[in-house]
Amino acid sequence: MSTLEIRDLQVAVEDKAILRGVNLTVRSGETHAIMGPNGSGKSTLAYAIAGHPKYTITGGQVLLDGVDLLELSVDERARAGLFLAMQYPVEVPGVSVSNFLRSAVTAVRGEAPKLREFAKDLKNGMDALSIDAAFAQRNLNEGFSGGEKKRHEILQLELLKPKIAVLDETDSGLDVDALRVVSEGINRFRASGDTGVLLITHYTRILRYVKPDFVHVFAGGRIVEEGGPELADKLESEGYEQYTKATA
Amino acid sequence: MGLNEKPLSTLHEKASYDLADFDVPTGREEAWRFTPLSRLKGLHNGKAEATGQLVVQAWTPSGVSAEWVGREDPRIGRAYVPADRVSAQAYNAFEKALVITVPKEATPEDHIKVELRGGGADGASYGHIVVVVEPLAQAVVVIEHQGSAVYADNIEFVVGDGASLKVVSLQDWEDDAVHVSHHHAQLAKDATFRSFVVTLGGDLVRLSPSVSYTGPGGDADLAGVYFVDAGQHLEHRLLVDHSQPHCKSNVDYRGALQGEDAHAVWIGDVIIRVEAEGTDTYELNRNLILTDGARADSVPNLEILTGEVAGAGHASTSGRLDDEHIFYLQARGIPFDEARRLVIRGFLGQLIERIEIDEIRERVMGAVEAELAR
Ligand SMILES: Nc1ncnc2c1ncn2[C@@H]1O[C@H](COP(=O)(O)OP(=O)(O)O)[C@@H](O)[C@H]1O
Ligand SMILES: [Mg+2]
Repeated sequence: MSTLEIRDLQVAVEDKAILRGVNLTVRSGETHAIMGPNGSGKSTLAYAIAGHPKYTITGGQVLLDGVDLLELSVDERARAGLFLAMQYPVEVPGVSVSNFLRSAVTAVRGEAPKLREFAKDLKNGMDALSIDAAFAQRNLNEGFSGGEKKRHEILQLELLKPKIAVLDETDSGLDVDALRVVSEGINRFRASGDTGVLLITHYTRILRYVKPDFVHVFAGGRIVEEGGPELADKLESEGYEQYTKATA
Repeated sequence: MGLNEKPLSTLHEKASYDLADFDVPTGREEAWRFTPLSRLKGLHNGKAEATGQLVVQAWTPSGVSAEWVGREDPRIGRAYVPADRVSAQAYNAFEKALVITVPKEATPEDHIKVELRGGGADGASYGHIVVVVEPLAQAVVVIEHQGSAVYADNIEFVVGDGASLKVVSLQDWEDDAVHVSHHHAQLAKDATFRSFVVTLGGDLVRLSPSVSYTGPGGDADLAGVYFVDAGQHLEHRLLVDHSQPHCKSNVDYRGALQGEDAHAVWIGDVIIRVEAEGTDTYELNRNLILTDGARADSVPNLEILTGEVAGAGHASTSGRLDDEHIFYLQARGIPFDEARRLVIRGFLGQLIERIEIDEIRERVMGAVEAELAR
């Protein structure tokens, strides 16, 4: 049983205030959807929790099972059980997918996985996400299509088994087939144990495959409305206009 | 014309076997402006007496000959004429030259190995090596520099019609070594030349690989990896002189620099002369600057004198480790130091992977790992 607690989080980028007091608690077993228009600060929230150096915390707290994540380095946060699937996964030349994944799994588990077991887990994970076996030898994200990058993020999610996963627009840019494959991966992860999911999305489409327990509407750097799955239906029919007007 | 005031073709005009034809460099010359002359231990001004202890050993597979010959041997200086003062000094000071011959159509199974081991940086040593690969033969040469020395030399690679030569040159010197070297490859019709230079050790290393063509269809690929630590000066000066039609050249040098006064210099000169129609050339240099206080000078120069090229380009980048790369790896739990090593290893490894001999590739990767662990 894990809890991610975001308390009055305020974040600036290059001296510009972006997040203006975000409060949110995600417990394992729960899936929270954060929905909001472009530029409302959703990625800023994700990056700030993960510890990206560009984002400056100007106030508030982020606790994972009572541990202040903001005091930890990026890699310590990941080893503490936090995972961020990035909206724009980075290409790293010369670092192969298999080498990267083995390093990551070793770091997170605290010991190197047995080679044969790791190879099997990797193969199963890749098969389930319809990722070609040849990907393991390719350079990390280099030349991957948008869909391939997102599937690869979910592969990492399944291999690293975090306590809390933040998924930043994993659905963006996916065609329907890829969306289904990626959603199945997220659902396998949800079913695999005591895990919490913070699903950031711009569109309601993914919520048909990954059912949220709570929906939060994000606008102007804070949560402006909260509710159950029915709130997503309202957003589907009415759009974000009412919220963007209110915060403009 | 890049930073030069004179066109490349005139800059590289001078060549002579006679030491008197070259003035002692002052450091103001285009060819010497990056090199700290005071650290050359007299190689440039005639003061470096040939009292050094450098042992050269060669191992050749069957069918390949290695001979030590006197200065008068006609095979010496046929492909290469010294192009600067230190090169001419070395040419006039060596006692015996090593001549390796791969006979016509021979395809030796194993590689040729030349090991140069310095016994100290007190006196200087001068050397000369000629590698002749006769028509349609194929060979691989591995040259390893180790120990400590003050050493100037010239190496001539003579690649015959349709022949192929791959060379790996590893400069793995001790910290106080000084090494100034020219590697010249002369490619006959349809010859292939692959050079892989790895420079890790030494106080000052200045290596000038050059390529000329005597017939059409020649193909040269020059790759290099260097790792510069605090106080080191590692300089690579490349020259590809396209004077024959339908030849290719590709240059890719990459280096990582770390520590106070780590200094890398890369000069990439390519001349495409009027006769060299259909030339295809590309040169690239990339530097990864890991700490403050390290400096990389990177100067690509391309002079095109014909209107008919198949392709010609160059690029040079020098930059820091990318924060986004490090963040991505750290966000997966990988600690900073390891993330950094992965990225640097990847950056250099993409080139090192191209070394075809397993044993040498692993040796080079191991040497880079050792640098990363420092
Ligand atoms: N790395 C950054 N550098 C500069 N501005 C940024 C950066 N990240 C976000 N911003 C700014 O912060 C605001 C919120 O952006 P973001 O968090 O990416 O929104 P969303 O993910 O909801 O589309 C935008 O105005 C954007 O321009
Ligand atoms: Mg975003």
